[in-house]
Amino acid sequence: MSPCYLLRRLLQVVPAVAGIVLLAFVVIHTAPGDPAVALGGEHGDEAYYTFIRARFGLDRPLPEQLLTYVTSVLRGDLGQSYVHGRPVAHVVAERLPATLLLVGTALALSSIAGVVLGIFAARRADRPADLAVRTAALLGHATPSFWLAQLAAITLALGTGLFPVQGITDPRQSWTGWRYALDVLHHLALPALVLAAGELALTTRLTRTGVLEALGTDYARTARAKGLPERAVVRHALRNALLPVVTVIGGRFGMLCTGAVLVETVFAWPGLGQLMLSSILTRDIPVLLGLFVLVSIAVIAANLLTDVAYAWLDPRVRYE
Amino acid sequence: MPGWTRAFATSDARVTGGAVGVILTLALVIVAVFAGVIAPVDPFASVGSPLSPPSRAHALGTDDLGRNLLAGVVHGARTSLLVVLSVTLLASAIGVTIGAVAGYRAGGTDDVLMRLTEFVQVVPRFFLAVLVIALFGPGLDRLVLVLGLTSWPAIARVVRAETLSLARREFVEAAHALGAPAARVLARHVLPNALPAAVVVVSVNAGAVILMEAGLGFIGLGDPHAISWGYLAYNAQRFLRVAWWMALFPGAAIALAVLGLNLLGDGLNDLLAPHARRLTSI
Repeated sequence: MSPCYLLRRLLQVVPAVAGIVLLAFVVIHTAPGDPAVALGGEHGDEAYYTFIRARFGLDRPLPEQLLTYVTSVLRGDLGQSYVHGRPVAHVVAERLPATLLLVGTALALSSIAGVVLGIFAARRADRPADLAVRTAALLGHATPSFWLAQLAAITLALGTGLFPVQGITDPRQSWTGWRYALDVLHHLALPALVLAAGELALTTRLTRTGVLEALGTDYARTARAKGLPERAVVRHALRNALLPVVTVIGGRFGMLCTGAVLVETVFAWPGLGQLMLSSILTRDIPVLLGLFVLVSIAVIAANLLTDVAYAWLDPRVRYE
Repeated sequence: MPGWTRAFATSDARVTGGAVGVILTLALVIVAVFAGVIAPVDPFASVGSPLSPPSRAHALGTDDLGRNLLAGVVHGARTSLLVVLSVTLLASAIGVTIGAVAGYRAGGTDDVLMRLTEFVQVVPRFFLAVLVIALFGPGLDRLVLVLGLTSWPAIARVVRAETLSLARREFVEAAHALGAPAARVLARHVLPNALPAAVVVVSVNAGAVILMEAGLGFIGLGDPHAISWGYLAYNAQRFLRVAWWMALFPGAAIALAVLGLNLLGDGLNDLLAPHARRLTSI
């Protein structure tokens, strides 16, 4: 890959991140209410509020406040949580692994199953099996993740008792080692499957369309004319067919995070979703602000990675 | 076999899908408009014993405060439709304007507007909405504003692409040659031809907006004065163990509404842009 393309693409990240930070700053400053009152409580006198304003730099001119904010975010400082009394970055970092585990598992599951189902449907195009897969994908695409999660919790967890309803581990046990890992896996199964289901629909449709398109090309016809078995032709087609599947992951990353938050809420999965929920209840604005900035930057990074992967997979992109 | 049965049996699955989309979307509009007639009960009024399962008196059961769930679901359609329509209008107005100007002026204007579009597309709408509602308090107005101001990039991109190709066509050049001002050429000759493609994106986007609004209601950020499907699902969460109906019906309503809008989008796409790649798959 040409270093020129990589550099150009990397440089685009700077204005995007700057835009997000500026947006967050504008939203905070247009909000009603005096931040000094929000920080210091309602019953202080004027001297106390003046002290608070000076302490947090709220008496400085806006551009200076913006500069302070930008440099802080760049240093990884997302502010102090009102409720936890600790840096937001620490509070978020504690919850991040659980969410990453959930999102990562769901992404892996949906990508693998989606590609397999998509190939399956494309090879039986317009036959009953294909129609069934397409219908399921349509339904999966329209289903709210939290509803699927609630239904799974009612039927599979509460109904059969095969799966735990809540949490990441069984609080009655204090397992370590592989028993602990198994316990986490057992708790992960339902949330990950539910989250994967929504993504699965999209990957399946994209793979199916891609494979069908590729199977209609001249090189696929040539491969068939040479007498290659259909399996080998599909393998030829797959490399081109999967390009859109890769690109869509970056664009969908924001939605995946949204889905994760909602699914976490249903299963009380101790990740960023739970943190967001409790921060909404306690009006812990710095944490909510930090989550917005963090997810935005993650989405920008995901888009960057996808574009780089795309350029690597498709040589035509790099030379444009 | 009567004619229509044969037509149905032999017809393309896509046509059937489009028809189902039209029916579901119409059903959503009818239920929303005639909510007061279909379910005359006040969705906020306690009218039965709490947590009673679906019965003759309460077709979809009641919630923890004895409120009729059917009334909740029916009146929730009204809130969903109101939000979707307002967001769509706002997003379309911005998207069509930016897309048309970018595609028509091309060059530097196009570059700037497209950078802006790419930026807004990256902003995670849901998390921004959470932040705004937490700061400004819940309410449909700010919800519509946040979702509307962030949902236009897909529309702008499609309108720009259409405008770019239309602006070089002979009938547009003819209009210019006759001395028509740019704004008039854009409004009378270019936009009407660019709109079919935009309509498809708009309907698919509408499905996403319903899901987003429901998701915000589900984490307790809905407008407390307007009953919504998301709020009903949020309320159901504490009673999963004892009242399955509270979770089942509101979620089903959301899924049907979104399915309808997505199928409608697919159907419109086949009708208006048969050679294009399907939009819900992107």
